[in-house]
Amino acid sequence: MGTSSPMALPASGQPRNRLSRLVANVLYRHGTLYLLLLLTPPLLWFGVVYLGSLLSLLVQSFYTFDDFTMGVTPDFTWANYAALLDAANHDIVLRTLGMAGAVTVASALLGFPVAYYMARYATGWRKGFFYIAVMLPMWASYIVKAYSWTVLLSKGGIVYWLVERVYLMPALEWVLSLPGVGGSSLSTSNLGRFLVFTYVWLPFMILPIQAAIERVPGNLLQAAADLGARPAQSFRTVLLPLAFPGVVAGSIFTFSLTLGDYIIPQLVGPPGLFIGNMVYTMQGSIGNMPMAASFTVVPIVIVGLYLTVARRLGAFDAL
Amino acid sequence: MSSTAVELRNVSRYYGGVRAVDGVSLSIQDGEFFSMLGPSGSGKTTCLRLIAGFEQPTAGSILLHGQEAAGLPPYERDVNTVFQDYALFPHMSVLDNVAYGRMVKGVAKAARHREAEEALELVALGGFGARRPGQLSGGQRQRVALARALINKPRVLLLDEPLGALDLKLREQMQAELKSLQRRLGITFVYVTHDQGEALSMSDRVAVFNLGRIEQVETPRNLYARPRTVFVAGFVGTANVVKGDLARRLTGSEQPFSVRPEHVRFAQGAEGNRVSVEGRLVEVQYHGATSRYEVQVEGHHVLTLSLLNGEADEAALPRRGDTVRVAWAREAMVRLEPEGG
Repeated sequence: MGTSSPMALPASGQPRNRLSRLVANVLYRHGTLYLLLLLTPPLLWFGVVYLGSLLSLLVQSFYTFDDFTMGVTPDFTWANYAALLDAANHDIVLRTLGMAGAVTVASALLGFPVAYYMARYATGWRKGFFYIAVMLPMWASYIVKAYSWTVLLSKGGIVYWLVERVYLMPALEWVLSLPGVGGSSLSTSNLGRFLVFTYVWLPFMILPIQAAIERVPGNLLQAAADLGARPAQSFRTVLLPLAFPGVVAGSIFTFSLTLGDYIIPQLVGPPGLFIGNMVYTMQGSIGNMPMAASFTVVPIVIVGLYLTVARRLGAFDAL
Repeated sequence: MSSTAVELRNVSRYYGGVRAVDGVSLSIQDGEFFSMLGPSGSGKTTCLRLIAGFEQPTAGSILLHGQEAAGLPPYERDVNTVFQDYALFPHMSVLDNVAYGRMVKGVAKAARHREAEEALELVALGGFGARRPGQLSGGQRQRVALARALINKPRVLLLDEPLGALDLKLREQMQAELKSLQRRLGITFVYVTHDQGEALSMSDRVAVFNLGRIEQVETPRNLYARPRTVFVAGFVGTANVVKGDLARRLTGSEQPFSVRPEHVRFAQGAEGNRVSVEGRLVEVQYHGATSRYEVQVEGHHVLTLSLLNGEADEAALPRRGDTVRVAWAREAMVRLEPEGG
């Protein structure tokens, strides 16, 4: 390499440089190879570890569990799915589904105004404050939070104390006497369980709605007002439809997280298993892997149906 | 016969310490094509937003057809806006976009769709109703925005740089269409633009904005021929603004004056009734129909001439570097108010 050559390109000087340039050029010319290199590790993870285990679960749900030997044999049977239709198991599915629906609706109703304020009005430190306030609860351990709630909601806890101070005890007792909602105390009622679930998953609803509202250009709302729409009308006809994908995204979180939870139902609320508890019991205590697997398929199917409906509603192509 | 459609009386809009609009008064006649022209940040768009109701004035009073409008929200004003970036609703069809103004007024679906179809035909987009705004070109979106703003039959239409995002050819075509549409409908157009050519070619009258204030309100012809201030002379068309020592030497007064490049000619010697000055030709630019000549006089002053090509004998014209004498008629000079005056 002549030092005096005026044509010498600076980049071709060092061998290491030359190698990385060679690799870069090969990858540039062969786009497929580049893509393959990028996608192989994540595809292996998704294909083998994630989908593979789901598939093995699905297969095992057709295995036979022998009640006498407590052993599993790989003989095909529909029995596990048929067992889902037993009244007791049926109840578990409906109970879980009802709670997931209620938590989702409540989170959307509570989350939307907060998300709206964050996206449209909060600026500077207020915006930062709201972000932190929404995310902060997620930094604490979920189990700690669930346990704290059992204390808060128990008789003699702070909620009871507060209700007593504002003379609303009769109202609380009336609510707790309602079938399906109440129980002997807040911490052992469905209402209490619902409160804890809503508390734990609310941030997952607020953040996607906030992001969706933020993406709605402000001048669309101005255009609506300009054309004669009163605030309630422009909200209903412009903002809500455009922010709806955010609500759906948030509802997917709150719905599926509630559907799969097995800790809060153990700690707060009346007796009666959720799907997650049933899976845990079947797999952990009894060793009935096939039944646990068939129970696991239920939320997968439900969420699958949920996503299909959301798609049909046009929630995904609205933006 | 003609009544006042929009009147601004001493209107100001401050943002903190920034005076976006600073004591603006103007009155727009019914059926007039009125342009608000100015550089960005001159307050013209804020003025439009004040008329539309998106902003409320810090001080002053806004009258729409004689009625006080300050304090009224946009949805209670009989004006409609065509937005700079169209602001079409992405989740609705073109037809529903156009019909929106009727929908919120409670007009039944069949009736409002029929009206929307008529409005689309008005802007030559009949049959496009089923599409989504995302499937249209920029020019088509512009027309949809126009149809949508017209469906409520407003008496005043506000247009905020509506052609800014279009390419030159399309812009010229839309200018002609907008003008003919305005003539046909007979409604008042208030048109915000930073493009002086656009303002001159379309408007009945133009208000020139600078630093939140109005410099001059005039017909395009008078605005060009008789600019009142240094800013207007420089912003509307090109002008040779002469001030200071050179102005004193040529006119005997330091008061600035302007002379348009097309009124300046090369001269052989001093002529009796014409003002002339000597300088060096520093630049020649070919512009197709015309050529621009820049002549440097007294060090820093540059005077510009615009000559029609093919009119003069090519060989007789001076070349770059030549010492030349330029002259213009006294009537071509317009005395200007000094800056800040």
